[in-house]
Amino acid sequence: MKIIVNGEERFLEAEVLVTDYVKSLDLDPETVVVEVDGRIITRQDYQSTLLLDGAEVELIRFIGGGSRC
Amino acid sequence: MLTIADKKFTSRLFVGTGKFSSSDIMRQALEASECEMVTVALRRVELDDPGDDIMRAIGGGKFFFLPNTAGARDAVEAVRLARLARAAGGGNWLKLEVTPDPRTLLPDPVETLKAAEELVRDGFVVLPYINADPVLALRLQEAGTAAVMPLGAPIGTNRGLLTRPLLEIIIEQLEVPVVVDAGIGTPSQAAAAMEMGADAVLVNTAIAVAGDPVAMASAFGQAVIAGRRAYEAGLGAIACRAAASSPQTGLEFLR
Repeated sequence: MKIIVNGEERFLEAEVLVTDYVKSLDLDPETVVVEVDGRIITRQDYQSTLLLDGAEVELIRFIGGGSRC
Repeated sequence: MLTIADKKFTSRLFVGTGKFSSSDIMRQALEASECEMVTVALRRVELDDPGDDIMRAIGGGKFFFLPNTAGARDAVEAVRLARLARAAGGGNWLKLEVTPDPRTLLPDPVETLKAAEELVRDGFVVLPYINADPVLALRLQEAGTAAVMPLGAPIGTNRGLLTRPLLEIIIEQLEVPVVVDAGIGTPSQAAAAMEMGADAVLVNTAIAVAGDPVAMASAFGQAVIAGRRAYEAGLGAIACRAAASSPQTGLEFLR
């Protein structure tokens, strides 16, 4: 199946939980915020939300910034 | 002690975390400045090169994080960034920035007010970045923002308090704290803002791009303390004519 992550196509063998997908990218689920199809997934829902075929995913997190960097 | 919304701050210096050459230098500079409030931005994770996690570098409760909406060009984008920041664990405090033109990065007053009204309704503690416009500052206070953050000069220019007469009006008129943000390039300019009665200043570029960011951070920390102390001490009046500080009597033996 195919999903779009931060604008890039990614291919997965099967549907995957948000929390497992974030970990598979070596990212800390505690410091990443996930949007799926324009909807923010709250942290407590990472364990219960599946990424389905065609999902559009945004992975966002804090970076250094005063004003625009 | 500075109080914004329900939170008290000992330090009146806020530091932005952009433009530092490494997260190690950033952490050392933040510690040297003795600041408590730091601003952070939200961006897409770069999937092929995630890089350092800022929460790992300076998380852990030592600093109070103020997420900003830097990069938002209108109210809709700013509100979306605000909700993402809250979901990312950034709490409900927000530095609201709406800057449609990347050449000037000047804040859009109409979109800022619109976003502020919506975010206040949604439970955010909003600190809006604005031009030094006393009328807008009052409108935002009425809308329920927790502070206002007028600029001294355009972001990143290090040109100091170009808006001084307007900042003076804002400081005199507002009941919520006034944080002078953007354009402060030297510790003396930070001290000057504090002497005027600003409640706090936010500095980023001047520290991050200094030859020695850690030493500069410490200099800004001291300047803000000195400026605030001078304001609280009460500055002498400015006069047009000279007023001798030595007694003018007892000079009869000279003439």
